[in-house]
Amino acid sequence: MADRHDEARPDASSHSESKSGTRFTRRGFLKGAGASAVTAAVAPAILVSEAGTASAQEAEGVMSATISLDVNGQSHNVEVEARTTLADALRDRLEITGPKVVCDKGECGACTVEMDGKLVFSCMTLAMDAQGRKIETVEGMADGDNLHPIQEAFVEKDALMCGFCTPGFLMSSKSLLDANDNPTPEEVREGLSGNICRCGTYPHVFEAVMSAAEKMRKGG
Amino acid sequence: MQQKMKTVTITIQEDGEPREIEIQVPDTGEGGWGDLSKNTYINKPHTRVDAVDKVTGRAKYTADIKLPGLLYGRILRSAHPRARINRIDATRAMALPGVSVVVLPNDDPEVFSRECRFAGQEIAAVAATTPEVAEDALHAIDVDYEVLPFVVDEDAARDPDAAQVHSDRGNVGEPRVGEQGDIAAGFAQADVTLEATFRCQVQSHIALETHGNVCQWEGDKLTVWASTQGVFSVRGELAGHFGIPETNVRVITEFMGGGFGAKFGARKEGVICALLARKAGAPVKLMLTRKEEHLATGNRPSAVQHVKLGATSDGKLVAYERSNYGTPGVAGSANIPGAPYLYEIPNYRIEQTSVFTNAGPMAAQRAPGHPQAAFAMESMMDEMAEALGMDPIDIRQMNDPNEARRNMVAMGAEHIGWKTRRSATPNSGTGRIKTGMGVGSARWGGGGGRTQAECTINPDGSVQVKCGTQDIGTGTLTLVHMVAAEEFGLKMEDIDVGIGDTNYPYSGGSGGSTTAASVSPAIKGTTMLAKLELFKKIAPRFGVEPGELVASDGNVFVGSDPSKSMTWQQATAQLGDEPIFFHGQWLPGYSDSGVPGVHFVEVSVDTETGLVKVDRVVAVHNSGMILNPLTWASQVNGGVLMGIGYGMYENRIMDPATGYMVNANLEDYKLMGSTDIPEIEILRYDEPERGVIGIGEPATIPTPGAIANAIYNACGARIRDMPFTPDKVLSALAAVKEG
Repeated sequence: MADRHDEARPDASSHSESKSGTRFTRRGFLKGAGASAVTAAVAPAILVSEAGTASAQEAEGVMSATISLDVNGQSHNVEVEARTTLADALRDRLEITGPKVVCDKGECGACTVEMDGKLVFSCMTLAMDAQGRKIETVEGMADGDNLHPIQEAFVEKDALMCGFCTPGFLMSSKSLLDANDNPTPEEVREGLSGNICRCGTYPHVFEAVMSAAEKMRKGG
Repeated sequence: MQQKMKTVTITIQEDGEPREIEIQVPDTGEGGWGDLSKNTYINKPHTRVDAVDKVTGRAKYTADIKLPGLLYGRILRSAHPRARINRIDATRAMALPGVSVVVLPNDDPEVFSRECRFAGQEIAAVAATTPEVAEDALHAIDVDYEVLPFVVDEDAARDPDAAQVHSDRGNVGEPRVGEQGDIAAGFAQADVTLEATFRCQVQSHIALETHGNVCQWEGDKLTVWASTQGVFSVRGELAGHFGIPETNVRVITEFMGGGFGAKFGARKEGVICALLARKAGAPVKLMLTRKEEHLATGNRPSAVQHVKLGATSDGKLVAYERSNYGTPGVAGSANIPGAPYLYEIPNYRIEQTSVFTNAGPMAAQRAPGHPQAAFAMESMMDEMAEALGMDPIDIRQMNDPNEARRNMVAMGAEHIGWKTRRSATPNSGTGRIKTGMGVGSARWGGGGGRTQAECTINPDGSVQVKCGTQDIGTGTLTLVHMVAAEEFGLKMEDIDVGIGDTNYPYSGGSGGSTTAASVSPAIKGTTMLAKLELFKKIAPRFGVEPGELVASDGNVFVGSDPSKSMTWQQATAQLGDEPIFFHGQWLPGYSDSGVPGVHFVEVSVDTETGLVKVDRVVAVHNSGMILNPLTWASQVNGGVLMGIGYGMYENRIMDPATGYMVNANLEDYKLMGSTDIPEIEILRYDEPERGVIGIGEPATIPTPGAIANAIYNACGARIRDMPFTPDKVLSALAAVKEG
């Protein structure tokens, strides 16, 4: 029903697990961590900024740092604050704007990306926690000009209207079919239950995913 | 085989005055779109021309625009539902590194007020180098409020002793009355009279792309990227506000993440963005947050309807009385249609009022007023049918003056198996899960106009079409390609189309289900007449009249003798070096207004938990001549689902104690998700002779009423209060048991 189960969503609990095994959520991290804890958590990963000096914000107690993010197989240096989300780092700093910010609270799935092969809400993931991870966005889904079969199916079935939710639905669909190339209609619905579309394209999205699954099984 | 011509009357603007003139255009038959079976594009399903941009992440929405030196804007909003600002001080905010500018009430009293009338009202704004710093700056603006009494509940606000939302008028507006005949005499004729009260909640729009703009000034020229349903309405409002000519303002909307009625005009956040950019001397992006969307960008007003309906024993409706009110928040109207919805009733009286509350102002939302009216009327029709021992369909057919809708009801009933699969006795199933079937209907206007376009045919054969409409997700860009390609006998990708820009010819806002009916006739007329200009140059070479030529499949030839032919490029090469340029406008004869819509639904009700699930919807719709059946079906699906969301889940909840909206997010504000989607079957009722008619709105109207009727049919519980949540179903079931 209208309540969507967390189990069915992109993995919201484990996505911010840091390499050291410490679990952080965006909210918990900000609430629980004092300035020193922030420094301790991120210091090993801070790259020397190009200017080589602390930014003005750091002098005021707002710390920013240049980190490196691996997005769609390319390495990018980006200046972020400890609180900067992966979504904002991608969108505002790197102009990788496929992931959309709609709710900014992990409620809608529009910002969904893959991190080390697992789906995460990029609005609920700190940019600093994404260092050293392989991040895949919708921009990396096609092979050059050749669309991924799921993208092709979305086009063919008109599984998009305004298109703002589409990148998130595509990432969830890909994750779903990567794990199960022959889903039942119910499994498709469950697999997409972390994504919200307001235009109401769901029926065409379901058709597209089923059609893409068939195509992919045939070697696509 | 000379093309027949016909005379049409169009209105042109001359020195600012409208003037009617007659022009000659090719006569393309009834409905205007010719023999549909011969078409390549029109009336055939086609994927969106911008679909690849949308699936690859290449599509750049307003929220995605990045400019050199871009600043991020945020708006500070009233923390109280009713307060007066004694002092506001941005000293601390301005001292934060990265904060560029702050604008306060005194900077623009038209936008900001020191009188706060809802929690979320705009009181100041900032622009900073990063979104994070902009957020910090909001917290560093010190506001000294004098907190005042407030009211957020429409029933409480009707009390004469309630806190007054506005100082210059009462909370309850002037009643609007609609009447016909003599209701006393009508009710005296009635054999059965029923009375009931229906309640509809406030619904948020929730376009996924929030309201927002990117504004950039160069001197007194302003460029705006806007998430809007009407680029020209944004231009007009900003030019007016800043006292500059409209020619100095350019508004661009290339991709747009949904509107549903709340994105017309620059609105406050648009003006604030431009203010910040002007003061900062730098471009500013100001996208609202999800919370701000719920609080301040509009909503569908509530409706409380006391309805009295009288019928004779044979089912003829004879009298109707309705008194209704609702809250538009601090401003606007909560009125719903002012005559009995759908059915012909000789005697009626309707009195309705809007009740101001200290909550965010309403905005038009997908079929304003109609789903509310349809819910109450269609529920009453079922109650009356039961009281009279009639089939709910029979009483509808007897009282519905619209022949197309009667046919559509019959079509849907046949398809879903109304006579064969539906139990005529409510609550007849056994076991915990009970199933039922219900029907509801809609009427909508739509219609077209207010659109200009221009077309250039270049000597090399390339064709450009420009129209200042915008594609809000409905497929407008695709239909411009389709209409132009059909007219020139070219491929859709051969047409260079420009929309979403005030530098292009005027087109009205995308709303009211009018866009397809406005844009397609304008493109048809413009390309058709541009083509005729080309034919005038070619015809002498074949020794025929221009109207005897046909453009099809990349060739231009004589209709009666296709051997007399040249390629499109050979034809346009005859132009020498001067392109054909034609500025055209919407023409009558290619579109219509006024459509019915009918939804049948099947539900299952868990009688132990009260949980209702919509299992299946049969949606019967009529768009005259459907331009693109693929994108049309998407819109029907979307309308059906938005109606289910409104009927079943969505609800803006205001806390009467604090005056805040307590569910201003996408988790506690319940939206339907993928596991709630029923099977939807769409039936087309085509009337191609009427031309193009819009679909966005009729597709959402009937759903809640049909669900309410299906719930009753399933379990005998009549729910008159939306949304149909388990608590209400259980209460109604308990009442049924108690008898």
